[in-house]
Amino acid sequence: MRSAVLRKEPPPMPAPVDSIVEVRGISKTYGDVEALRSVDLDFPRGKLTSLLGPSGCGKTTLLKIIAGLIEANAGTVTVDGKPVSGPGPERAFVFQDFALMPWATVMRNVAFGLELRGVAKTEREDKARHYIREVGLAGFENKYPHELSGGMRQRVGLARALSVDAEVLLLDEPFSAVDEQNRRKFQEDLIRLRTNQNKTFIFVTHSIEEAVYISDRIVLLSPRPGRVSQIIEPEIDRSGDPERIHRDQHYLDTVDEIWQGLKQYVE
Amino acid sequence: MTLFGYRVPMMASLLVWCVVWEIVGRLDLIFLLPPFSDVLVAAVDLVQLPSWQSATITTVRAFAIGMALAIAVGIPLGILMGRVRIADNLLGMWVNIFSSAPLSAIVPVLMILFGFGEKTIVAAVFLFAIWIIVLDTRAGVRHISPSLIEMARSYGASRPALYTKIILWAALPEILAGIRLGLIRGVKGVVIGQLLVAIVGYGALFETFSRNFRMAEFWALTIILFAFALLISELIERAEAKVEYYAGARQ
Repeated sequence: MRSAVLRKEPPPMPAPVDSIVEVRGISKTYGDVEALRSVDLDFPRGKLTSLLGPSGCGKTTLLKIIAGLIEANAGTVTVDGKPVSGPGPERAFVFQDFALMPWATVMRNVAFGLELRGVAKTEREDKARHYIREVGLAGFENKYPHELSGGMRQRVGLARALSVDAEVLLLDEPFSAVDEQNRRKFQEDLIRLRTNQNKTFIFVTHSIEEAVYISDRIVLLSPRPGRVSQIIEPEIDRSGDPERIHRDQHYLDTVDEIWQGLKQYVE
Repeated sequence: MTLFGYRVPMMASLLVWCVVWEIVGRLDLIFLLPPFSDVLVAAVDLVQLPSWQSATITTVRAFAIGMALAIAVGIPLGILMGRVRIADNLLGMWVNIFSSAPLSAIVPVLMILFGFGEKTIVAAVFLFAIWIIVLDTRAGVRHISPSLIEMARSYGASRPALYTKIILWAALPEILAGIRLGLIRGVKGVVIGQLLVAIVGYGALFETFSRNFRMAEFWALTIILFAFALLISELIERAEAKVEYYAGARQ
């Protein structure tokens, strides 16, 4: 299995931090609106980094520039040292509104990334089945998106992103259209998934609690123009019961610290 | 519809009107309206006539060719207008004018262009049917959620794959609605075309019947034509119902 090989510890090297995604001097304007101004960021390999900020800070724009879906006005993005000029197989995107094909079953939706790559039907369906089980949707393979709840639909979106074996997963506010109960369950599952997938996650959210709950690293963006205002690395032990994290003192302190920092942007 | 607590099927209202027709016809008020039973008898006789059979073949063939062309040209044109702003700006005005213009006025011009034969009828069907197909397809393509397109792009869809796997399917409910409305307009086109040319298919029959005041046959032919139009629109509606679940479920 490929994942077994990937799970091996990297050789002990004195190198500072191994960044898989590097953002250099990214600027973006929409007409007169300056969405991002000269953003420099590194995303360490195998970590979950959140982009957090008030609405209008350009966090989704930055994510879509990394995805190659939007072109920046200036600056470069490199993934594994290679400059990004469009979407690529080493990156997979999870959409805020799920972006599922309503005419296709869960199976076909999950396998769609592989279908576009020309993977044979039996092979891609085997793989899709594996990830459908992984996200907890076993038994729903032949259902259609409209037969699923919001939370389940986003699980389909996540399974689709996992099944293409991308190294970097880009998640654009994946839980914002999911109801509260499902969101909590989903966040717990994401923590579990992270430990056994060994992928790099870049996660856009506007929820401070969510960012602190799941992230290794939180990048705070200031609004208009979007720039990096602070980087926080909450050191929270996520090995045990995920429920416990919500009562962890360090978790609560970090949430409060970020809120104090963001307060100035809220009228 | 319920009457005195009983559920009355939809067809019942049609029956009522048939009875009314029969009564009015029997009163012999105007020769234009023979009793309904006479019309039915005429219809039975009519479908056995070789002239009706060959006229039907001519009509159905012209209709089918015209519709096939309208669909084959209309859908790509609608998609183009939905996706490319310049194309939309260039063509939008014309499509809108043609879709609401009294196209019957153009049929004589078609006769000059294509002669007094099948070509003119095909052109008339095409001209009547295509615009609504273009407009509905365009609306369907405009409706597609941008994130669905982004999704396809981010997973590496080629341009052809984007169109055949996403855009065509996502716009399918509107495309089918356009085809259904186009078919109904196409029936108009075939009848008007044939009436004006007057020597082809049903047009020739209509001409003969009305000139000779054979009203029973005239109405019989009309009813057959209506039934045909209703039947094909019903067939498309069935197909529409199959994709309806996602027309409403689209994000």
